[in-house]
Amino acid sequence: MDDLYRDYILDHYKRPRNFGELDPHDMEALEHNPLCGDELGVHIRVKDGKIEDLRFHGHGCAISQASASIASEELMGMELEEVGKLNADWAIDLLGIPVSATRRKCALLGLKAVKGAVTGDNSWPVGPA
Amino acid sequence: MVVDTKNIHTPHPPTGLADNPGSDRVVRSADAQRLDVRSDFPILAREFDGLPLVYLDSGATAQKPKTVIDAVSKYMSERNANVHRGVYALAQESDAAYDGARKKVAAFVGWEPRTTIFTKNVTEAINLVAYAWGRANVGPSDVVLTTQMEHHANIVPWQVLCKERGAQLRYLEVDERGELSLEQLDQELAKGDVKLVAFTHVSNVLGTIVPVAEMTARIRAAGAISLVDGAQAIPHMPVDLSKLGADFYAWTGHKALGPTGIGVLHGRTEILGEMQPFLTGGDMIASVDFDGATWNELPYKFEAGTPPIAEAVGLGAAVDYLVELGMERVRAHERELTGYMLDRLQEVPGLRFVGPPEAENRGGLVSFTIKGMHAHDIAELTSRGGVCIRAGHHCAQPLMRCLGIGATARASVGVYNEASDVDALIDALQAGLKVFGL
Repeated sequence: MDDLYRDYILDHYKRPRNFGELDPHDMEALEHNPLCGDELGVHIRVKDGKIEDLRFHGHGCAISQASASIASEELMGMELEEVGKLNADWAIDLLGIPVSATRRKCALLGLKAVKGAVTGDNSWPVGPA
Repeated sequence: MVVDTKNIHTPHPPTGLADNPGSDRVVRSADAQRLDVRSDFPILAREFDGLPLVYLDSGATAQKPKTVIDAVSKYMSERNANVHRGVYALAQESDAAYDGARKKVAAFVGWEPRTTIFTKNVTEAINLVAYAWGRANVGPSDVVLTTQMEHHANIVPWQVLCKERGAQLRYLEVDERGELSLEQLDQELAKGDVKLVAFTHVSNVLGTIVPVAEMTARIRAAGAISLVDGAQAIPHMPVDLSKLGADFYAWTGHKALGPTGIGVLHGRTEILGEMQPFLTGGDMIASVDFDGATWNELPYKFEAGTPPIAEAVGLGAAVDYLVELGMERVRAHERELTGYMLDRLQEVPGLRFVGPPEAENRGGLVSFTIKGMHAHDIAELTSRGGVCIRAGHHCAQPLMRCLGIGATARASVGVYNEASDVDALIDALQAGLKVFGL
């Protein structure tokens, strides 16, 4: 089996969970990967300080799409305060595959959008660890 | 250097040549054009995971022949001294090496050394014009015209200039074939407000060869100035600037088999002579006192500080190498290879390429998409087969928006590529499709 393109990664890429628009929504952000032109946006609906619902939209490679799709399932119901504390290892561990330095930005694009939407700060760095 | 005139046996002969039994003469002349110079490039002996390196990313940067590597090494080992300062023999040798490289580079494109300026890269060359010419000549009611197919390096400097001067930036459109329209250029020029037209010689995404001479003739007739970005043209086809009619022409060393860190700007004497310097400091002055300074003569007026001396020497060696191969042969070799690549890419399910469909109207690169597979993943998967291609927006985001795609994969050839490299690309793409279940 391929190290990177495992079955569940390709499954999330081809059938991404929680993708689309969410209207109305309380929070949103749009992130780009300047390296490859990928675009990933997020709409978030909030209730009682928690993520009640969330949708990603945009286009990108298998790694960025699968990473956002897998993360979306974990982010449902999460406290906003907790979202603000999530780090890169959280997203990469969740993805469960070895991520090279160049693909790290792809793997973190979804979380960067979510953190930007929740904290209002889009400066979370996704460069080499 | 080996220039092989024998038939090179490949598993898939280029379509239209060996497949055509009635054209012996054509086959012979095509074979005579074919290059066999792979062994001149030491890096191509490398292997990755036991697979030979298949380098199809010359549009990003070219690999270097041993003659270039040796020239840089020899300069550093035997001739290193700063230029235009020392009176000792070593410094004189360094001067001769640096200005000798300029003479070679200028002669290579049919231009004068005095108006051939060494820069860091094409980006700096274009910025030089945008600052030193643009700030003095573009005003609030003026227009800078560029095209939708430009690299960011030929868009952003003009955006900044126009914003600063209150001028307008307009774009020539790219048609469905990936080409520009001379009629639209005429219409834009007829408005009478265009001061400068900046356009590429060969598109780094579409591969389109732009008809430079037809464009510059119209631009000059309209009283405007032309700037041509030759980054993707110079190492791939004969370029004679004395016939192209451009007022400024910029290109870069590292895509032309030379080192990184050196670019070239050719300009007309009368325009460069009127311009104020871009960067100021050492070497570009005639004299300095506490109240001011006067400027050195051309080209030194535009070369502030210690220049890239070893890089210039390396570029001089690269030019020697290309001259020895013959640029007509380089073009014929790459055109044939590009045609073969266009043919074979059509075997790949779901693949679509952008730009002109014929190799005749293209430089040596093909950008493509595959349905169900992002460009980044295409490049990752071809790399498993040792095949290096590029993926992304290729520093041409506005163009990608016009094309309605986020990213493409791009395979680009150089003098050292062979039909077997294209075969390896196709095999790697087919293997990649399997991984994705396509």
